[in-house]
Amino acid sequence: MADENRKIAFICSKGNLDMAYPALVMGWAALGNGIDVTIFFTFWGMDMITKSRVDRLEIPPVGNNSFKMKMMGLPTGNLGIPQWMGVLPGMTAVATWLMRKKIAGVGAPPVREYLQMLVDGGAKLYACKMSVDMLGLKMTDFIDGVLDIVTAADFMDMTEGSQIVFI
Amino acid sequence: MPTRTIAGKTVTVNDEGFMTNPAEWSKEIAAELATEEGLPALSEAHWKVIDFCRQEAAASGKAPTLRQITTGAAVSTKDLFALFPKGPAKKVARISGLGKPEGCV
Repeated sequence: MADENRKIAFICSKGNLDMAYPALVMGWAALGNGIDVTIFFTFWGMDMITKSRVDRLEIPPVGNNSFKMKMMGLPTGNLGIPQWMGVLPGMTAVATWLMRKKIAGVGAPPVREYLQMLVDGGAKLYACKMSVDMLGLKMTDFIDGVLDIVTAADFMDMTEGSQIVFI
Repeated sequence: MPTRTIAGKTVTVNDEGFMTNPAEWSKEIAAELATEEGLPALSEAHWKVIDFCRQEAAASGKAPTLRQITTGAAVSTKDLFALFPKGPAKKVARISGLGKPEGCV
């Protein structure tokens, strides 16, 4: 191929279970189509690559307008989970369990395994320097496949010519 | 639907060059499409993937996704990307005479 390969970069800034998936799904699709993939993790997105956090990502039902009781199999149409109910102990665990089940139901693997697939497919993962300093993290806290801790300016350099998606 | 001749056989293809009738496919066509995709001669490991995709598509009517291939054909993600570099999803489907995989994972 004469022309330069298409490149895409994702910035993952969220640590909620549902917000971990967009970059994983799109990144995997990009690799499958021969597009170079770089993922930069920052702020709460650090949870996605932190060994002690990656298997414990959650989705709290409070303040989430899209979380409807219908998801739990109830015939309640557009009725949301009442906010006061969302603060009851165990509600986040229930919501998380439900979301994990829905995700597994479409054949998507858990976050840790998905990231490993992306790394095996050639994706490059980087941790944000400022977040590392702020949260007191180090390279040994991260899952395999994270290549380096880089600054925002490094990220700008390494994504020259890339399409950038902020999540 | 446009047609084209691959390995001496006229087959129907869509606008993106994917064959539209899996029954028109042959091993010779696969070899020629693989060359078009810039692959070296197809090895046993390539055929393991292609054969799995053909079987899957015959059973389900759809080209399998990459994850279905790695789990179903017992090929690691690394190996799959090494066998069909730079875009295995489309390459495998095209060489196997199938449409693009319908599915995101």
